[in-house]
Amino acid sequence: MLEIRNIWKTFYAGTPNEVRSLQGVNLSIEDGSFVIVIGTNGSGKSTLLNSVAGTFFVDDGTLHLDGKDITKWQEYQRAPMIGRVFQNPFSGTSPNLTIGENIALASRRGMSRSLGWVRDKKLTQQIRERVGRLNMGLENRLEDPIGTLSGGQRQALTLMMATWVKPKLLLLDEHTAALDPKSADQVIKLSEEEISREKLTSLMVTHSMQQAVNLGDRLIMMHRGRVLHDIRGAEKQRLRPEDLLQRFEDIRRADRLDESAAEMLKRAYV
Amino acid sequence: MSLLIGAMTIGFILSLLALGVYLSFRIFGYSDMTTEGTITLGAAVTAILLVKGVDPFIATAAGCVAGAIAGAVTGIIHTRFGINGLLAGILVMTALYSINLHVMGRSNVPLLAGENFTTHAEKLGRMVFGSETVNVAGWDVSSRDLSVLIVAALSITAISILLYMFLRTDLGTALRATGDNAQMIRATGVNDGNMIVLGLAISNGLVALGGGLLAQYQGFADVQMGIGMLVWGLASVIIGEALVGTKQIGYAIVGAVMGSILFRLLVAVALRWGVNPNDLKLITAIFVFAALVVPGFLEKLKKKGKPAHA
Repeated sequence: MLEIRNIWKTFYAGTPNEVRSLQGVNLSIEDGSFVIVIGTNGSGKSTLLNSVAGTFFVDDGTLHLDGKDITKWQEYQRAPMIGRVFQNPFSGTSPNLTIGENIALASRRGMSRSLGWVRDKKLTQQIRERVGRLNMGLENRLEDPIGTLSGGQRQALTLMMATWVKPKLLLLDEHTAALDPKSADQVIKLSEEEISREKLTSLMVTHSMQQAVNLGDRLIMMHRGRVLHDIRGAEKQRLRPEDLLQRFEDIRRADRLDESAAEMLKRAYV
Repeated sequence: MSLLIGAMTIGFILSLLALGVYLSFRIFGYSDMTTEGTITLGAAVTAILLVKGVDPFIATAAGCVAGAIAGAVTGIIHTRFGINGLLAGILVMTALYSINLHVMGRSNVPLLAGENFTTHAEKLGRMVFGSETVNVAGWDVSSRDLSVLIVAALSITAISILLYMFLRTDLGTALRATGDNAQMIRATGVNDGNMIVLGLAISNGLVALGGGLLAQYQGFADVQMGIGMLVWGLASVIIGEALVGTKQIGYAIVGAVMGSILFRLLVAVALRWGVNPNDLKLITAIFVFAALVVPGFLEKLKKKGKPAHA
């Protein structure tokens, strides 16, 4: 479904702030698989998701989604195929528009915008029904601006908007990191249900070891812009949080070794 | 009384300016300097076509379209070439100064003879009222002035309703969402750049329509008439928000129209009191500055007044 071939991305190239976010990432994701992405800070997890979504173009390499080369497609051109939930609960919805209007816009993701009313009766009824299923009491607040809702409620609605039109690929970028534990659990549960019910091909970044071991059928661990581990199948099923922490510890030790080796060389030769 | 009616008529006509500024400034958060050029452009195109004997309706519509094109150019300069929005507007405004002079052929085009929207309205008024003066609440009012006011009010009401309806369509909602959260609208597969171009086109189309009507009402188009118009529009929008709030687009649109009328009345009263007309723009600028700054300042004071949270 998603084919990432040797993509590179450097920010602020040629300045002291140069960040080499992606250094040759290769990843191939099968139809219907649910991939968890973890990694240290600055390892390129979010950059990876953003380069798939088209927030920016990659410097090198290619991206294929559903057999199409999307490497040079603008973000809005990729949107018909991609559903997204962002880390920031404010990013996925338009605060001054009502709940109903937000969902109505998302219900025509990727279609041309017409001069018809944004919602007809039938759509309003569908929206009320699906919002009601969230059990958040929002079905009677469809005319309220979405900006008046809590972060958790907004993420739940963003998830609904991202999947209203079934996407070829669902991108979840630490979408529970900014929420309180209770809301985070709720949103994770909703995500899991939606993904398994619709068999969505998904890519989810998380910081939570618990989520990383409990969810998904494959896990990739990134470090310094590369895919370090790719765990799937039975091994993924057996994975425990301690195993992951151990792998992070290994990375840390290797890094320190690198640094002390560099220090030694410097002292000897400079 | 005739002073009052005059002020109200100009208020209605310039509420198109306020609606345009509402669209660019409040929906997109975009200080669109093009406004100052397009109001003159609308007046210039309409006036020159009227002088050439073109039907007033077509002449006014042509002015509106010319303004929309100018707005779209600003949008394209901003979104396609990545030029800062304020600068994009200034570039087009400056270019329009020359274009307006070319359109008019001179710096002022009088509209003394011939048909236009005002004469049409006056004719209509004579038919309806049948006399030269009409008694309104104990005042004798020229039926001509009154009919112009009524026609202006009706036209602006119709345009406001159309604008309101447009903003509730799928496209109009996408437009509002673009100003609100561009990231979200891109994620729903809409080209946000196109939305900004369209929004600025509509905004400047409205402004130019206002310019065209204003030229017909005051009987001339002048190349200088756009100076300070953006701030006047802002003042109207801000007054409107104070009057009816910003909860819904319907309120905001009604507010912009009411704000424009009230603003014109205030100006008329101020001039009557003997305020120097040369000071009007200074006073308006100070008013807008205060209206933008004072609410935030009060908020700060309130916070300081409260005991700090532990």
